[in-house]
Amino acid sequence: MNGVMKRLTRLATTARQYVPALIAAIPMIWLLLLFVLPLLFVVKMSLSEARLGLPPYYDLIRSIEDGIVTIQINFSNYMILAQDSLYVSALLGSLKIATVSTLLCILIGYPMAYAIANAPRHWRTPLLMLVILPFWTSFLIRAYAWIGILKNNGLLNNMLMSIGVIDEPLNILYTQWAVFIGDTYTYLPFFILPLYASLLKLDHSLLEAAADLGAKPITQFFTVTLPQTTPGIIAGSMLVFIPTMGEFIIPDLLGGPDVLMLGKMMWIEFFNNKDWPVASALTVVLLVALIIPFVLMQNYEQLDHGDNDR
Amino acid sequence: MKNSRLLQIIILVLGFGFLYLPIISLIVYSFNESRLVTVWGGFSTKWYGELLNNSQLLDAAWLSIKIGIINATIAVILGTLAAIVLVRYKRSKMRSSLDIMVAAPLVMPDVIIGLSILLLFVSLENMLGWPQRGQLTVILAHTTFSMAYVTVVVRSRLISMDRSLEEAAMDLGAKPLLVFLTVTLPIIAPSLAAGWLLSFTLSMDDLVIASFVSGPGATTLPMVVYSSVRLGVSPQINALASIIIFVVSIAVLVAGLMMHKQEKRLAAGG
Repeated sequence: MNGVMKRLTRLATTARQYVPALIAAIPMIWLLLLFVLPLLFVVKMSLSEARLGLPPYYDLIRSIEDGIVTIQINFSNYMILAQDSLYVSALLGSLKIATVSTLLCILIGYPMAYAIANAPRHWRTPLLMLVILPFWTSFLIRAYAWIGILKNNGLLNNMLMSIGVIDEPLNILYTQWAVFIGDTYTYLPFFILPLYASLLKLDHSLLEAAADLGAKPITQFFTVTLPQTTPGIIAGSMLVFIPTMGEFIIPDLLGGPDVLMLGKMMWIEFFNNKDWPVASALTVVLLVALIIPFVLMQNYEQLDHGDNDR
Repeated sequence: MKNSRLLQIIILVLGFGFLYLPIISLIVYSFNESRLVTVWGGFSTKWYGELLNNSQLLDAAWLSIKIGIINATIAVILGTLAAIVLVRYKRSKMRSSLDIMVAAPLVMPDVIIGLSILLLFVSLENMLGWPQRGQLTVILAHTTFSMAYVTVVVRSRLISMDRSLEEAAMDLGAKPLLVFLTVTLPIIAPSLAAGWLLSFTLSMDDLVIASFVSGPGATTLPMVVYSSVRLGVSPQINALASIIIFVVSIAVLVAGLMMHKQEKRLAAGG
């Protein structure tokens, strides 16, 4: 009996040693199984051959006979993407729309973040909450709201026509302009938050030093504030750029058939054309296009956070 | 100086106008008598009444709420564990790879998460006959990206918290688990609540991932909303949107006040 107890205590002590590893293992394994492994399945599917029927593809591993595995890799999906101008324009369209939306976010978001960071102290938290609040309300519904505003007989056109700025309604909805507006609107909070954090950390003694040396406010801004907040600008820009590259809902609801983007194209291939291999190949292209922005974001976020490992 | 103050106010008014005008117009037109969303036909609450009779929509809403609750609960547990590893563990290979794995789902376009996780489920189903696509697969997919958001929220709380209380408890002989449950957990509790709410709303809001991984019989609220929005603007959707905005605003306000109070108390106490 005594021996059993002793062994049990010993077991408990060794088990306790493994507790930290166990804590780390649970989220690790979850993410490996449900996030990393699935990405490999996309690569595998992109190399498969499409077919009519269910499932709509041939498996890579064709047969296992006498211990010999036959694998048939098929690059034709990528060839299709490279040769069809539709897919090339989708990639270019994604790049263009993500770039313009990111620039618009910087143009609108920087002054806003700056104004909030320089507001009286007790105003900052409520103002910041007002920035975050739209992010909590449904994405789909916010895109939908713009339909009512941008339509030919929508709010914006009615207003502009009643004050006599324009005679004919502007054609905005179902063009790329609507997508620019929708993306900027949706992702603006993602840009403001990291930028606000880096504006708060601004070293004010440097600004004072610049002022003492006779620098005008504008010069102060361009020589002190802007360089110091560059990591925040880059991190925030990537938070806008990366998701807009693969955005589906906004180009689908606000952009017309002429607005081609990777996310929308991939949705059409998957749901309408039932071509899983081509949809997967498009996804791989999107993933590869996002690697550089992602690395940029990770690096600059770390720069911005400084050492947070206390 | 006065000029710059004025400029600051103008920027804020214009910026918040841009952020809130669409939401306000949505709410205003939900009380519109006319079916034409852009023509004002007098005040009416009839669209709210029709909403209550739309059983397809109500079923979907109930399903989404169920998925949202289960998802948020699992995501808080997983996300908190990941945050602990990222903040408390010494630098290691495992830590930095977890860091990347947590950051990636935050920005990863939904179409990628949706397709990739679907392909995993399809392969599993072919091999094992499990899982059937439906409620369970939606929960698994939602939890995978929600936990990343929880990690971000809890992580910043863990970084900013004062560790002297934990050290005091440890000095008094409390075991690590007891220290965690009685000292750490109450301190980070507001961030867990915020993470839970965030995961819940993210799940309630997701159209793309659910469209990929869901199966017959598991149509979530955004899927119903999307199919009706595609047919054009409808005042019923405006009414639904207004309800969602109202509920979310109250929740965010309460969560914000709670965190604010807690912070004040901690600041006063420590």
